[in-house]
Amino acid sequence: MDLTLKIWRQASASEKGKFVEYQVQNISTDASFLEMLDVLNEELVRKDEDPVAFDHDCREGICGACSLYINGRPHGPDKGITTCQMHMRRFKDGETIVIEPWRAKPFPVIKDLMVDRTAFDEIIQAGGYVSINTGGVPDANAIPIPKRDADTAMDAAACIGCGACVAACKNASAMLFVSAKVSQFAMLPQGKVEARERVLNMVAKMDELGFGNCTNTYACEAECPKEISVSHIARMNREYLSAKLVSQKE
Amino acid sequence: MAKLDAKIPQGPLAEKWTNYKAHQNLVNPSNKRRLDIIVVGTGLAGASAAASFGEMGFNVKVFGIHDSPRRAHSIAAQGGINAAKNYPNDGDSVYRLFYDTIKGGDYRAREANVYRLAEVSNNIIDQCVAQGVPFAREYGGLLDNRSFGGAQVSRTFYARGQTGQQLLLGAYSALSKEIKKGSVKMFTRREMLELVVIEGRARGIIVRNLITGEIERHSAHAVVLATGGYGNVFFLSTNAMASNGSAAWKVYKKGAFFGNPAFTQIHPTCIPVHGDYQSKLTLMSESLRNDGRIWVPMYKEDAEKIQKGQLKPTDIPEDRRDYYLERRYPAFGNLVPRDVASRAAKERCDAGFGVGSTGLAVYLDFEDAIKRLGKHVIEARYGNLFQMYEKIVDENPYETPMMIYPAVHYTMGGIWVDYELQTTIPGLFAAGEANFSDHGANRLGASALMQGLSDGYFVLPYTIQNYLADQIRVPRFDTNLPEFEQAEKEAKERIEKLLSIKGTDTVDTFHRRLGLIMWDHVGMGRNRKGLEEGIKKIQELRKEFWKNVRVPGKNEMVNMELEKALRLADYLELGELMARDALLREESCGGHFREEHQTEEGEALRDDENFTYVSAWEYTGDDKEPKLNKEPLVFEFIEVKQRNYK
Repeated sequence: MDLTLKIWRQASASEKGKFVEYQVQNISTDASFLEMLDVLNEELVRKDEDPVAFDHDCREGICGACSLYINGRPHGPDKGITTCQMHMRRFKDGETIVIEPWRAKPFPVIKDLMVDRTAFDEIIQAGGYVSINTGGVPDANAIPIPKRDADTAMDAAACIGCGACVAACKNASAMLFVSAKVSQFAMLPQGKVEARERVLNMVAKMDELGFGNCTNTYACEAECPKEISVSHIARMNREYLSAKLVSQKE
Repeated sequence: MAKLDAKIPQGPLAEKWTNYKAHQNLVNPSNKRRLDIIVVGTGLAGASAAASFGEMGFNVKVFGIHDSPRRAHSIAAQGGINAAKNYPNDGDSVYRLFYDTIKGGDYRAREANVYRLAEVSNNIIDQCVAQGVPFAREYGGLLDNRSFGGAQVSRTFYARGQTGQQLLLGAYSALSKEIKKGSVKMFTRREMLELVVIEGRARGIIVRNLITGEIERHSAHAVVLATGGYGNVFFLSTNAMASNGSAAWKVYKKGAFFGNPAFTQIHPTCIPVHGDYQSKLTLMSESLRNDGRIWVPMYKEDAEKIQKGQLKPTDIPEDRRDYYLERRYPAFGNLVPRDVASRAAKERCDAGFGVGSTGLAVYLDFEDAIKRLGKHVIEARYGNLFQMYEKIVDENPYETPMMIYPAVHYTMGGIWVDYELQTTIPGLFAAGEANFSDHGANRLGASALMQGLSDGYFVLPYTIQNYLADQIRVPRFDTNLPEFEQAEKEAKERIEKLLSIKGTDTVDTFHRRLGLIMWDHVGMGRNRKGLEEGIKKIQELRKEFWKNVRVPGKNEMVNMELEKALRLADYLELGELMARDALLREESCGGHFREEHQTEEGEALRDDENFTYVSAWEYTGDDKEPKLNKEPLVFEFIEVKQRNYK
């Protein structure tokens, strides 16, 4: 198939970006979206032009590196997958495809389609862990955990930290990302010990870094490649509220 | 030869590690604060080691090539992690996990290391549960297990098909905790270009900032390499795009020996190759072999019709199917180890019974399992894998069998390390897939995660202290020392040379060509003539690369073509060493199959008399042949037998 690509090019964070149009020919419908971009980049290199920079690594939907905004949607038109899992059979011959980076203030553009998502790491550093050291822990089966709770924790833990939720949200809110971590630990006895500090610290960090608020549009859930449910946001709000009340009392 | 001391502690096998820990040197808390450790890599081994060092009180600097430590390729491991918990009460024990791992590795791993691995496996599960890793559980609330290839017990813990992700996120959370505390400093988007050696000891690294191109110098009292494997030398593999062997190769050229470079794991269940634009291969978890049955048509005429698209797999009746693994290996059936399953698939396809349009695929069929257990059970077990398959291949595996074929997945070979995971350069340690140590000639499924976390959480925190104990009076190193200057100069010259060639072919063009040479000559079946030809072809390609590669742009920018070129330059040398090692090893063992050495039934034929050793290669100069050192493997506690999965 032959395609027209309109790609966001931006030399660096400080420079102004613009859309540039490219043509690609003879793309196999079995190729993945990123393989199509590989073909374009090889051609650009041959023509002595600057190849398009984009983040990618595992190319099987789990590392969370790829982050393209395709035809106005994070990770493209399909539900429940990342950009790297999308195949060209999803597009029509002759189609024009618009490719942009994540657009959110806390994710500044580094170059072209690459953005800086350090903010997510900072939120995790604010409390996305259980404060135990290596060694000296009880036997793994010492505390039985109801299967349903473990499964819910796993549903939340499936988050790959790609940032599609932020990119999809008109407020650039990170609530789905943060709530997935808060919820995972809230469901497990191991996480309960520090639950209060965790939710307060992570939410404070999220606000501090400039992520917006949640106005319940559910765009995050709709675009999440791991289909993480907004019910985790509801759980986080409950956790937050009760933590806030208790901390005020104290 | 005297250099190769594995430092295996005295005493009976089961007491070696305990004895070591009882007698090793320690560093007291106030001295720990004065000692710096560099960790390169943030996968399971790197993240767990760095977090543990930080908790202990050392100053740690961690380097990763990704934008976040959470993206390291450990994240992609699907199936699970082994441990000898014996929760299912099916006869497992530390000894049995040790035995299965040694046997699975075809008696080419070090007994003492493997026993220690089995011994600490249980601590890993405890640790991860305490971190909040949501392992699969049964209705009673206790942990669930499943079985994996090469074992007759169920000892594999898992978190759906995302075990690697959950374990890595556990290690990442521990790392994040230490970063917050200030004991660990994280450097993202940095790639190691050189090791700095001062007076014979590893004292620092040179890295390139992948955003600005700046070349940075970092010093420390010890350096840990946890940089993963080198499977991408084949171009197409299940490794992530940025996974590379360059850090390992750089330390080899600075004096660390390279152990068993030929030992590559070809994983039996991957989605087959489909086009020349393809950038990587996708693994379908080995856990699928628990319920899926592998077959090809029994008759060639059926296979040919399937290849032409005239017949569908569902048109082939039961009595015209060849479940070749169940036929050849009734005791283990579809759960034979990976090397055995891969070779059996290749054998059938080479004989003309393969399926798919290329004839290079076999079926993995869930029809019986769906009938026996119901679709919902299969969906709960493998739902995400089935979805992944459907996305890539555009076929529904609930209705038609999956097509699979072997692909490069893991490298058992790596930097040679002793019992302390220290390389032949004092102060340089290697952990996880980057070292050669525990899997012999073939790794069992769900053992990579075990080894990465064992090295990082439970081995290095002890052994590195034994090294650092006599370093407490050594002051921090100034990065203006001539050794840093020299290492930086070497790195910069290499970059400038690559940028100045301005040839006609892209890096990927060369990489694809190298991959084909490796697959044809140093792949699943190897022989003398093919290997000798392969070495010549790699040498020629290397020359051509340095004359004709095109790397656009400059160093001072995001330049992914330059990153790839630097990595490929190393692969073009490493590939040759792999071929040399394969040529030297005149036997078949595990994933290393020399066609000249097989039984009448086509099984791998070892030569224990002549090859019960680790080949540890020593760099002697760019245009000189590397020197072979041998570490004899002594089996004191296990009887060396022909592997038998029948």
